[in-house]
Amino acid sequence: MRTLWNMLVKELIQLKRDPRVLAVLFVAPVVQLTLLAYAATTDIRQVELAVCDLDCSSASRRLVEDFTASTYFRRVATVPTQNDLDPWLESGRARVAVTIPAGFSAERAAGRTGRVQMVADGSDPMVGTLGLAYAQGVLQTLAEVDGFHTPLELRPKVLYNPDLMSRYYMVPGVLALIILIMTMMLSSMAVVRETEIGTMEQLLVTPLTPSAVIAGKLVPYALVGVVEFLTTLTVVLFWFEVPLRGSFWILALLTAPFIVCCLGLGLLVSTLSRTQQQAMMISTFVFMMPQIYLSGFVFPIQNMPALFQWISCAIPLRYYITILRGVFLKGAGLEVLWFEGLVLVGLAILILTFARLRYRVRLG
Amino acid sequence: MIRRVLATAVKELLQLRRDWRTALALLGMPVVLLMIYGYALSFDVTDIRLGVVDQCRSQASRRMVEAFLKSGYFVQKTILDDSRSLDDLFTAETIQAALVIPADFTARTSARQPTSVLFVLDGSDSQTANTVLGYARQIVASQTGAVYGIQIQVPYEAAPLVWYNPDLKSSIFLVPGLLAFILMVSSVIATALAVVREKERGTMESLRATPVRAIELLLGKAVPYLLVASVSAAGSLFLAWALFEVPIRGSLLWLAVVTLLFLAGGLGWGIFISTIAETQQLAFQLSLLSSMLPTLLLSGFIFPISSMPTALQILTHIVPARYYISALRSIVLKGVGPEMWWQQMVALGIYASVVLLLATVRMVRRL
Repeated sequence: MRTLWNMLVKELIQLKRDPRVLAVLFVAPVVQLTLLAYAATTDIRQVELAVCDLDCSSASRRLVEDFTASTYFRRVATVPTQNDLDPWLESGRARVAVTIPAGFSAERAAGRTGRVQMVADGSDPMVGTLGLAYAQGVLQTLAEVDGFHTPLELRPKVLYNPDLMSRYYMVPGVLALIILIMTMMLSSMAVVRETEIGTMEQLLVTPLTPSAVIAGKLVPYALVGVVEFLTTLTVVLFWFEVPLRGSFWILALLTAPFIVCCLGLGLLVSTLSRTQQQAMMISTFVFMMPQIYLSGFVFPIQNMPALFQWISCAIPLRYYITILRGVFLKGAGLEVLWFEGLVLVGLAILILTFARLRYRVRLG
Repeated sequence: MIRRVLATAVKELLQLRRDWRTALALLGMPVVLLMIYGYALSFDVTDIRLGVVDQCRSQASRRMVEAFLKSGYFVQKTILDDSRSLDDLFTAETIQAALVIPADFTARTSARQPTSVLFVLDGSDSQTANTVLGYARQIVASQTGAVYGIQIQVPYEAAPLVWYNPDLKSSIFLVPGLLAFILMVSSVIATALAVVREKERGTMESLRATPVRAIELLLGKAVPYLLVASVSAAGSLFLAWALFEVPIRGSLLWLAVVTLLFLAGGLGWGIFISTIAETQQLAFQLSLLSSMLPTLLLSGFIFPISSMPTALQILTHIVPARYYISALRSIVLKGVGPEMWWQQMVALGIYASVVLLLATVRMVRRL
């Protein structure tokens, strides 16, 4: 126990001696969260719109007015001929172009359907699809003003996030991402640095058992992880005002095994690599990027091919993001999230055991 | 001068060859990653798990349910008798959406009275929810005529047309962005440790004793990695074209120029980090934090820049991937000439020169 304590103190002193590392550890998460949480929005507004009105009637002008007044569109150009629309779309300065053909108002006056032509830039399908959908919405509103009502209506009822704010969905994910990156970054350098600097030999001649060395390395980093969780959570709750519908204690309880998983993965990387450069590559490319992309943080898991859905089952971040979104958005408790919690505990034990085995191999 | 640059470059290459894991990672990783993520990632929403509450149980209501299932977007998970048990199914994520057809559906439609169907959906992922809602609206609108047995004439109609990517396949959109992301991360990481490692291992003194000058050392460190990165960039581009059917419509030469400028910027940033960091650990942290997350989130790769708050939009101007992705999409997907994207190229050039200049200044101090 005493030896373990000594090891702990040594690690903490080492952390303290490098104030820049420490500064990065505590300032970076908050700065990142603020930046990223604002950036990670899929609420698409202000789609750049180019307009070509060939009809030049009061009806067509009213339509253009409606497009401009809607918060979904921002009119960037009004051009006289259809060919003039091309450069706007080609340079990406406009994402959607509307052409109102000559004869639009005449058709409407005759009681027939007034047709407009919409062109969307498909190189960004998200913006393109939503731009077209928004345009349909504008036309529908206009139709209702004209006194047209469809007899069969779809009444939507949106659960958990009625205003469809992407922030409520993305910000908890960013929180998970930051914990993952910060803790893995610390622990992936833990062992390999001793090897590279040449202090590994000194550690070997001490009476410390391998488990004590590992524990001594991980406990300070775990503390860092907990502090990071609390600071970023504060920002999420009070700056971004993401409602926490579930219990804080359940969230904290389920965060613990996730932090252990991340630290364990970092340690594993550290025992797998010979130089710090290798550790950096392995942790970035083999462990962090797959977790970011395959965890469902941005890309829904159900859209992936079956093979990748299976791979994602081995990813701790996947379970933690489910937990975060469950607790935050749905107010879910342990009766729903027990499975994710258990899997995280299981993964943590598995990863640590594996890292411990690798570590002994290196000693021999 | 050229001899000394060459000597440093050869030394760096030898070191890279000896550390075959790193070399392999630098060469092969972008290609492998592009392959994996190109296949795995997509925004196309299909197989939406649908719960059905058909309180009417008539021919008309069954036809409505059929229309949802036949659309190809929805798969039926459960049929329920009443909507009360829906809550549990939503919390457990068994279903993502539910269609509730009221008991008087047929009575009202055959009497030609207006009616509605209820569509409950999980809104936590707002983007998916928006798409799902769009699908449902489309299906209901297309069924209205059949359900009422009349011809519906809408006052306004849009004839939609999609350019550059008519099927709106998300891979065609994502692969160029992924390419930029992978190249940025790997080029910054490749050089971030280049100088600080010499310092931490104590070989900086030996370098100082040689007649090599700061600018020569910088070039000697950058050139080998630029070679490696260009090879893997070319491989990745080929893969994007061959596997993911990303059409390369524009000029290959311009593509190469823009890619080289982008890589030079990334490598220069890595070297700059390497000259300011005292330890490899700090260099690692700085390079990851400054390359991975901004490129993922602030470049327009996934999240559209025009939807961000103004302050953040201004900030995206210092993220080089922003310009590269924009130029890449113009060249690759739209096939337009430099007159449409020269600003992006100039921006990449400015970024690369500023970063390399900063790195040189710091390197002089280091030596």
